[in-house]
Amino acid sequence: MLKNHFELFGLPVRFAIDLDMLDQHFRKIQSEVHPDRFVTSTPAERLRSMQLATQANEAYQTLKHATSRARYLLKIRGIDTQEESNTAMPPDFLMLQMEWREAIEEAEDAGDVDALDHLLHQMRQQAKALHEALHVALDEQQDDSAAAEIVRKLSFIDKMRSDIEQTIAKLED
Amino acid sequence: MAYSDKVLDHYENPRNVGSLDKNDPQVGTGMVGAPACGDVMKLQIKVNEQGIIEDAKFKTYGCGSAIASSSLVTEWLKGKSLDQAAEIKNSAIAEELALPPVKIHCSVLAEDAIKAAVADLQSKQTGKKEAA
Repeated sequence: MLKNHFELFGLPVRFAIDLDMLDQHFRKIQSEVHPDRFVTSTPAERLRSMQLATQANEAYQTLKHATSRARYLLKIRGIDTQEESNTAMPPDFLMLQMEWREAIEEAEDAGDVDALDHLLHQMRQQAKALHEALHVALDEQQDDSAAAEIVRKLSFIDKMRSDIEQTIAKLED
Repeated sequence: MAYSDKVLDHYENPRNVGSLDKNDPQVGTGMVGAPACGDVMKLQIKVNEQGIIEDAKFKTYGCGSAIASSSLVTEWLKGKSLDQAAEIKNSAIAEELALPPVKIHCSVLAEDAIKAAVADLQSKQTGKKEAA
């Protein structure tokens, strides 16, 4: 049986995980499957180590980020987060998205990096609150459909964050 | 990725950008969002006494295809009844704009926005009849 990403790193299958532990276990596997160790091995052993290295990389990237970790956890539980198909977000949430998008545009036009920094800070606060809500929904209440909606919200916030960061980089260039 | 001429035309000269009074009983507002790409779309329709859509406005934050899809449907909506409006399919939008497969979700967003705006207006009108 193939181990899931959590099991691969000896972590409990839950949203709230110890990120230091994740780092440590990842580095341990990385060193164990390093190609240098397999120079004299059989082709089958080399192939297996390469497969493990690939899985470890993918698992690490997935678990490291809160949004993809929650999305993956829901997938294990058989829940699709419907980020491609579900467009019905709470209206007040979408209204906020509109307002933030307008604020980004205004700040960009005015070349106002401070305003963008402030928005970025707001996005981090939003993400933090949503991470906390995910912990409650996934680990404590086992409310998967609520968790799926939070993942969809985080998807917006993540996109907003990267757009603001790009805009700041462009203005500071 | 290359946009079709029609997408570029709507993107560069978007029709009917703006807002209608969302508290007007004759106005229906649909807000939808696509988590996968972060696009947000607000579509508003205003009907006359005969129930025909006489004005439509949109505001969209997203890629060129999302903007073009919403701009196009505001043109299509004018002169239609609510039932006709609800029949507009994303496939027709995608075909008109020659959207590539990866951008089909933009046309889905526009279809969902129409449905949300029609539903909003219908719930307002039912409420009005009940109050009367």
